[in-house]
Amino acid sequence: MTPLLAVDDLRKHFPLRSPGAWLRPASVRAVDGVSFALHAGETLGLVGESGCGKSTVARCLVRTLDPTGGRVVFDGVDLATLEDEALRRRRRDFQMVFQDPTASLNPRLTVQGMVEEPLRLHTDLAGDDRRGRVVEILEEVGLEASLARRYPHQLSGGQRQRVNIARAIATRPRFLVLDEPTSALDVSLRARVILLLAELRARLGLTYLFISHDLSTVKYLSNRVAVMYLGAIVEEASATDLFARPQHPYTRALLSAVPVPDPDVRRDRLVLHGEPPSPIAVPTGCRLRGRCPLAQPICAEPVALREIAPGHRVACHLV
Amino acid sequence: MTPLLDLRDVTVHFDTDEGTVQAVDGASLLVGAGEIVGLVGESGSGKSVTALAILRLIRPPGRIVAGAIEFDGRDLLQASEDEMRRIRGSQISMVFQSPRTSLNPVIPVGRQIERLLRVHAGLDGGGARRRALAMLAEAGIAEPERRAAQYPHQLSGGMCQRVMIAMALAASPRLLIADEPTTGLDVSIAAQILDLLRDLGRRTGAAILLITHDLGVVAGICDRVAVMHAGQIVESAGVHRLFKQPAHPYTRGLLRSVPRLDRDFTMEPIAGAVPSLLDPPPGCRFAPRCALAMDACTACRPPIVAVAPGHSVACLAVEGARR
Amino acid sequence: MSTLASVSGSRVVRRSPRAALWRRLRRNTLSLVALGVLLLLTAMAVLAPTLTPYDPDAPDAEHALQSPSLRHWLGTDIYGRDQLTRIVHASRIDLLVALGATAMALSTGVVLGAVAGYRGGWTDQLVMRAIDAVMAFPSFILAMGITAALGNNTLNVIAAIAITHVPIYARLIRGEMLRVREMEYAEAARTVGNRPRRIVFRHLLPNCVPPVIVQATLAMGFAVLTVAALSFIGLGIRPPMSEWGAMTAEGAGYIVSGEWWLFLFPGVAIMVTVLSFNLVGDTLRDLLDPRMRGL
Repeated sequence: MTPLLAVDDLRKHFPLRSPGAWLRPASVRAVDGVSFALHAGETLGLVGESGCGKSTVARCLVRTLDPTGGRVVFDGVDLATLEDEALRRRRRDFQMVFQDPTASLNPRLTVQGMVEEPLRLHTDLAGDDRRGRVVEILEEVGLEASLARRYPHQLSGGQRQRVNIARAIATRPRFLVLDEPTSALDVSLRARVILLLAELRARLGLTYLFISHDLSTVKYLSNRVAVMYLGAIVEEASATDLFARPQHPYTRALLSAVPVPDPDVRRDRLVLHGEPPSPIAVPTGCRLRGRCPLAQPICAEPVALREIAPGHRVACHLV
Repeated sequence: MTPLLDLRDVTVHFDTDEGTVQAVDGASLLVGAGEIVGLVGESGSGKSVTALAILRLIRPPGRIVAGAIEFDGRDLLQASEDEMRRIRGSQISMVFQSPRTSLNPVIPVGRQIERLLRVHAGLDGGGARRRALAMLAEAGIAEPERRAAQYPHQLSGGMCQRVMIAMALAASPRLLIADEPTTGLDVSIAAQILDLLRDLGRRTGAAILLITHDLGVVAGICDRVAVMHAGQIVESAGVHRLFKQPAHPYTRGLLRSVPRLDRDFTMEPIAGAVPSLLDPPPGCRFAPRCALAMDACTACRPPIVAVAPGHSVACLAVEGARR
Repeated sequence: MSTLASVSGSRVVRRSPRAALWRRLRRNTLSLVALGVLLLLTAMAVLAPTLTPYDPDAPDAEHALQSPSLRHWLGTDIYGRDQLTRIVHASRIDLLVALGATAMALSTGVVLGAVAGYRGGWTDQLVMRAIDAVMAFPSFILAMGITAALGNNTLNVIAAIAITHVPIYARLIRGEMLRVREMEYAEAARTVGNRPRRIVFRHLLPNCVPPVIVQATLAMGFAVLTVAALSFIGLGIRPPMSEWGAMTAEGAGYIVSGEWWLFLFPGVAIMVTVLSFNLVGDTLRDLLDPRMRGL
């Protein structure tokens, strides 16, 4: 079955502009060869710490950034081959929910205005039909119709995030990129939003790419999980497998560092040395070399993702 | 034994255009010497305001309208501004959330610590420098001489936080208030920072008041925990008791709504929304969201009752001695 | 060990949105007064013919050079024309010029700045260097030069002033645009499928506007000063149209001979108007912000 989304060796490099750069052209290799496939109805969790490139991947997928290399094939169509207008029209099928509910809503537009816009751009609905549809969408995300006339600053954080979601599902897209949808929310609100996302996924048959650094929520919502480090995927598996039997040292370090709300649970911490290197100077060979406590001489060789068990790929020499 | 820090019924109001924001309502808290106490609550629960109140950093339009704050036997609300200035930084110090913005961007970090030492520890140039370097090393910063000469923007977030902690502990305070010290940091860095706080706390004997919204953080290093909701402290207990036998409905709701990594879990969000502090509900501010609410709950703020030694709850629905 | 008594001035207050807005505005009383003055001036300008009993242009030799009296509240000039009437009619010209110049400069400057800020790169460089070239001239000299070259009718005066003001708005908007185009809602507008032009004009520009409002009010005041100065040296509004600057120029000739009312009142008119424009900026910006509208 062809995947809904196929990402093939995606690369995004940001050239550095600094004195002397022309002598030694350097770039920030934010995304450095990422490949994965998403089938309809799946949810892929993409996790990693800041600077790993997950947000850049998201933006390359929804095309607010143009990749430097690789292909993004959505529903059989290579997005790079589409012209501006054709791409614009395709957008009704893939949308994004942003991280910061305050910054992602235009302070000068009402809720109505914001949720209506995708309808205006991609459907023929007009006037009362459109307004009615907006009300339906708001109700789907759990907002009362009366909130339509409000401005973002009159809404609570949780409500704003729901508006964010409403805007994203307005055109009934097939694929949603969720970029840290709950990171800016309070703990008690996160549960609501995650449950809402799960409910919408079931009801509307959505496919999600769920980007987060909060591993607990990723585990809750995702079928499969990919772990990114310094621009590349280091491990990819089903959610159950990844959390139960993490293989890559980075994954294990990450999982062991997540605080668990239970004082009696003591886990062995796998500690990585030092800090992540800059994405300008990615180490040759294995990306984790230099920080990995298990490093061996062979780790100086480049390593690619290998399937070590059905559906479980790891980029590590030692596994 | 007298506690190191004793807050009793502290109430803080802010005068805004829309009216009075009743940010903190009758908060009571105890911190013993050398203890690590966690103050847990969501944003807007008043925990940061409580911390600022302890340091007497509430400025107009905010004011402390009621309560008592006693530190090491001294009445902080009666102390003069000069006395408070001497206390801040040397007896009670604070670490903030965004370390990079809390540090002075135009002064090398080493010098910032030195300045503090000169003011509070009375050290001269050479002595201050030596101690600053020693603190940086203790805070886990490799190559302290090189780092001391750098500016905050040249350091990573985690390293900035280490500098902040070094600075906060430089003058050997008795109490360190850490306000969301790991929020915004990567998970692995956050874990290191928490370890650092705990180790340095034990080593210097400083008590730590750790303010956070993350229950996992609290479970990791705190000895005791106080839970805050909409400006009211609703429960406080030893960390094991709080997580195993939470008494207040809000605490229980919170524990049920947080996803967990170590086991499969159904998330149950808490009903309702955090009340506005401009129009707070009367009496117990959790009552409108509480399944166990009774009429008496809205009459006045529930008194704090001990349900077990060291475990107190502000809730009328909790059976006292039975637990 | 003391406990602060709960009674110590801890009154809990809650205000309605309207009351909150009023309180916010009241903090800037001066600004409110200025707004009031400007509204009055506008009313005065619009209703000028109905307000004044005299004809501003008709000479009346009998009553020439009369000091302020009950018949002529602000006195008369050498032709016997009632000064009050002339000042009220002059307000039309001055306000028209200020408004016209500002509107022209705003529309041009905003578009230039928006395009430069959003596109960046070469577009930005070209536009900004052109703006820099205009800014290199002292604005009054430039205005003088333009009216001298093109002739000083009202339209040319408005255009001259507008040209000298365009750079201010262009730069302001460009700066705001640089800030705003990085915001997440700009990105969201793109993700949703908007075309660039709509993103700039519907999403980004409205958020760039607040600093421009303050600037515009200041610039209106400056426009009044400029047209007054131009008329003072004869390069502005031509007689017999009454204009405050021209009137002040005429009156200046009578200071020594003692007819103080001829330069004082038009001068005061200029001063009050410009001062009000300067003071009103903040309040106007607050009133136009949906966050402040007490919603």
